Amino acid sequence: MAALINVPTKARRGEIIEIRTLTSHIMETGFRHTADGALVPRDIITSFTCRYNGTEIFRADLFPAIAANPYLSFFTVAKESGKFEFEWIGDNGYSSSASASITVE
Amino acid sequence: MPTTRRQFLTLAGSVTVAGTIPIVTLRPLEATPAMLNAAIRNVVGEAPVRTGKVKLDIPPLVENGNTVPMTVSVASPMTADDYVKSIHVFNEKNPQPNIGNFHLGPSSGRAQISTRIRLADTQKVVAIARLSDDTFWQVTTEIVVTLAACTEEIN
Repeated sequence: MAALINVPTKARRGEIIEIRTLTSHIMETGFRHTADGALVPRDIITSFTCRYNGTEIFRADLFPAIAANPYLSFFTVAKESGKFEFEWIGDNGYSSSASASITVE
Repeated sequence: MPTTRRQFLTLAGSVTVAGTIPIVTLRPLEATPAMLNAAIRNVVGEAPVRTGKVKLDIPPLVENGNTVPMTVSVASPMTADDYVKSIHVFNEKNPQPNIGNFHLGPSSGRAQISTRIRLADTQKVVAIARLSDDTFWQVTTEIVVTLAACTEEIN
């Protein structure tokens, strides 16, 4: 699935950087009904993880109260050049991932 | 055949009854303050929750509850021995009291997260931070929502 990742490509060592992620997902709450009264089953992303060179730096448990196309922004300290890996896990076996590189000087 | 007064009243009565049923069946979908407290206790246990340190940035008046931008920040030096472990956000009147749990660490640098949430009604939103010394700090904000999210019909 499509994901938008915003990570600075370059940073000074020790700098605090913001990471912003957006992924496309309906985040169906499981509380909505169709016009004829049938309940629409829940289909949400339940977990988001960000790893920095293999180490987990941020994790979020999501609930139906998170808006469709979940947007998450958080911070980390730029320690070394390398790769950020992002993973979204959800209902019905949903799994999606993305990555971004950073150069730390 | 012209409608008699009796027939009209019977008809009007049954329409009124049918009209009230969906409202009645929707009531249990609201999380009650008791559910909010239970959800908070689930996270903090028996520990006391103090007010302060946490800042919740959210518009006080929301036109569309389907996507409400929210930023939570915690006053913390974010050093190896004094940092924010996690941020938990709850609501009062959505069908479920939880909004999200966000796990940070000393390498976060800054204890701040942003996301977009859904609000089903005018209600309170509570953000609680767990610090590295296992103390809990909270902030509560009241938000007015004019168009609700979550429980509307799909067309």
